[in-house]
Amino acid sequence: MPNSSPKASFSSGSKVGLFVTCLVDLMRPSVGFASVKLLEDAGCQIFVPESQTCCGQPAYNAGDTKDAKDIARLIVDAFEEFEYVVAPSGSCAGMIKEHYPKLFADDLEMTPRVFNLAKKTYELTSFLIDVMNIQDLDVSLDQKVTYHDSCAGLRELGVKDQPRQLLAQVEGLIIEEYEEAETCCGFGGTFCVKYSDISDHMVGKSIDALSETDAEVVLGGDLGCLMNIQGKLSRLKDEGKESNLKVRHVAEVLAGMTDTAPIGEANG
Amino acid sequence: MSSRESILGKIGAALNEAGEKETRYAAAAARIATPPKNLIPNRAQVPPDDQVQMFRDWAEEVSATTDRIENMDDLPAALTTYLSSQNLPSEVKSSEDPLLENVDWSQQPTLTRNCGIAEETDQVGLAVAFAGVAETGTLVLHAAPENPTTLNFLPETHVVVLPRSRVTGDYEATWKRLRDERNSNMPRVVNWITGPSRTGDIEQKIQLGIHGPRRLHIIIVDDV
Amino acid sequence: MVRSTSSQFKSNVKEALANEQLQHALKSIKTGFVAKRKIASERLEEFEELRDQARDIKTHTIAHMDVYLEIYQQNVEASGGHVHWAANEDEARAIILEICQQADAKTVTKGKSMIGEEIGINEYLEVNDIVPIETDLGEYIIQLRGEMPSHIIAPAVHVTKEQVAEAFKKTHTDLAPDRSLEDPDDLLSEARAMLRDKFIEADVGLTGANFLIAETGTSVIVTNEGNGDLTQTLPKVHIALASIEKIVPTLEDVTTLLRVLARSATGQEMSSYTTFSTGPRREADLDGPAEYHVVILDNGRTDLLAGDFSEMLRCIRCGACLNHCPVYNAVGGHAYGWVYPGPMGAVLTPGLMGLDEASHLPQASTLCGKCEEVCPVRIPLPALLRRWRDQVFERDLTDWKTKWGLKWWAMFAKRPALYHFLVGMKMQVVAKFAGKKGHFKSIMLMSGWTDSRNFPAPQGKTFQALWKERNK
Repeated sequence: MPNSSPKASFSSGSKVGLFVTCLVDLMRPSVGFASVKLLEDAGCQIFVPESQTCCGQPAYNAGDTKDAKDIARLIVDAFEEFEYVVAPSGSCAGMIKEHYPKLFADDLEMTPRVFNLAKKTYELTSFLIDVMNIQDLDVSLDQKVTYHDSCAGLRELGVKDQPRQLLAQVEGLIIEEYEEAETCCGFGGTFCVKYSDISDHMVGKSIDALSETDAEVVLGGDLGCLMNIQGKLSRLKDEGKESNLKVRHVAEVLAGMTDTAPIGEANG
Repeated sequence: MSSRESILGKIGAALNEAGEKETRYAAAAARIATPPKNLIPNRAQVPPDDQVQMFRDWAEEVSATTDRIENMDDLPAALTTYLSSQNLPSEVKSSEDPLLENVDWSQQPTLTRNCGIAEETDQVGLAVAFAGVAETGTLVLHAAPENPTTLNFLPETHVVVLPRSRVTGDYEATWKRLRDERNSNMPRVVNWITGPSRTGDIEQKIQLGIHGPRRLHIIIVDDV
Repeated sequence: MVRSTSSQFKSNVKEALANEQLQHALKSIKTGFVAKRKIASERLEEFEELRDQARDIKTHTIAHMDVYLEIYQQNVEASGGHVHWAANEDEARAIILEICQQADAKTVTKGKSMIGEEIGINEYLEVNDIVPIETDLGEYIIQLRGEMPSHIIAPAVHVTKEQVAEAFKKTHTDLAPDRSLEDPDDLLSEARAMLRDKFIEADVGLTGANFLIAETGTSVIVTNEGNGDLTQTLPKVHIALASIEKIVPTLEDVTTLLRVLARSATGQEMSSYTTFSTGPRREADLDGPAEYHVVILDNGRTDLLAGDFSEMLRCIRCGACLNHCPVYNAVGGHAYGWVYPGPMGAVLTPGLMGLDEASHLPQASTLCGKCEEVCPVRIPLPALLRRWRDQVFERDLTDWKTKWGLKWWAMFAKRPALYHFLVGMKMQVVAKFAGKKGHFKSIMLMSGWTDSRNFPAPQGKTFQALWKERNK
């Protein structure tokens, strides 16, 4: 199996290719390791192809289909051999599942390959529930949390109940929904930099809604959105608006790996 | 080339890739000859008595008021009662619908009924509905020499007589009746009226009676 | 083209975000339209199925558009009406002016028509000495304020009641200047009284059309105020202005579309007035217009049909995509710079005005997908926005910062070995720079983010580097 490193362990279940996503790879490897733990505990055998970088979404969303296709080909090459492909991101999984087929709609050679890949690609929480049917996570956390539904996961992949079903298995954890859970936080990839005024206004509204809850932590399945929310919370704090709300990727909580500092905060 | 030809030509050119115009024409003509039965909500597929109640419930939800009388002989009294309850003058501008023409109006000597189109000074318009649709509490009226359209819109108060037998579950039933009764000759105007005139244009607060009637009163007549 | 500021989208946005009255006014959308649509859609068990059918009806109609339009015309003419075809706004304006002049018109009352806005008919009539009077309350308010609509069904949604009072006092100078207009009911009564005479005096009534029915040669308007009915009933001439995609085959088809229209738009079960008009006053009729004209406008829509955007022609102008769009809710309609705002506008405007003018609009979206989720005819708006983005990129209209950023990023993303070699080392260094805070307050070339938000610091080594270490 070129370009991939099977984990030296005794797990012999489904061969899962972990699509780490560029943000997790660069910014928050702990989410990747939390995903690995969850998948291994579920009995999967994890592979992490080295030839993965990014799913190509920035190019695709900017209309640069040529670069998007070039990158997508790398991903198809790297992952098509696995039984499943799992990503700790609804947005990146959505790119592979929903958009690769559109990207190669006119390419007879690629079409069957991208369809094949799309079929077996899952967002992490969706995989754990819909495929692995995880019912008994052995983990506890005494915290009140709320959940932000990221747009692509929610609307392209129908990820809504799965993270909540998993969180319900965390002993001691209480979920308190917030009203704007399904409203876009304004991240939107390059949008947040290109139309930063609107993006900032949107994330401000998300935080207003989050502040209405008693939650101590906001969880989500997409690092981009979480960084956006945390970045704004943190700036508001600098400006004197008190808030103790922490931000984490849901995988860290589900894997019981909350010993690392929350997003945007330093360890120790 | 006329604009008509150029527009239709451009559409045709875009559509011809999928097939010829003759084929399109045949499909369109067939659909019009036999309009497909689209999905009709279950909501109003209930026994006639329930439809009448449903009609009233929906109409009242959109701020219409309703009354129910036994037969047309009760109309003058019911109308007089309603007008006085609203502090309105006992004077209506009325349609010449045969149902109204056959009423003995002299039993309410204080009530004045004039016929014709509505003028700016008319405060109450009286009309007869072609149908009432239970699905949403919608009245169906249509223009005719005896039913001027202005009666429905110009006066501040609109009173509509609706024979119980004309209450249907869905809009489709009213199209069928119109086609059957008029040999598919569409009236000049068909009005679906669902509650009185309203606007939400000032800060999305619903206010009644901006241009059309402020009040819509529906009198359902059981036995016509 | 009619006055547009779409190309200045970014500065429009700045103004809109800083406009406190606008921001206050926009808050009503969530508690009004959005909340009401939710209730209405949940109350009708078949709502989702009806949306599928509404989509299919429009798709069928678009695929047979030329023949339905021809059948429509035959039926209008059979009922004594006239059909005029306008390839563009100039032709539409000239046709309308000629009908008005033939009728010796001094004033024209108007029902709300987005196509009227699109072709700038008011300004055109004015310079030709005909006074256009908007009669929809929202349109009347913005006409007094000299503005464009900021919403396709609630044109004055950006205006507060205090601003309405101000506009009324400024215009209705015959009335006592010290009268109270604090209560919205006072505003309503004053508007009703002012417009009453206008309805009666007008020589021509100009309305839009929500639908044109091929089967019967009928135009349909949907209103709540009743202004459209007075507009088209009282004057001697009625002109209905419609674009080609308003056509639907049959009464049954329009009925299905009506079942989803009001529910999607305002959350009403049905609008107050749905009016089906077929031809002029009949013999022996006591009222109604003596002449009935329909102007059918193309103005770029056939290009949408021929190109990759035919799905946009399904749009029934309910406004649900605006109401649910977080970007629209942040900036309001005027920031989009032209007649059609929100997601539907971001797809339509580049098609009708050209991409050079409107290239920002399809880009100013997070593609969150909420619009598609609520669209009654299931237009894949995010996919259509992406199609415009493809063209923005192909035509090299992408701004240089984004373009070069993408180029650099793509160069690494396509070379995994180089990528991992570089970032594997760098991230640890970057993390160290953040120090004890765990985030950055400013980053060069990322000011778009860091002007208003901190940027979380990376944890340290990349996942790939750590994974390698773990599996050595």
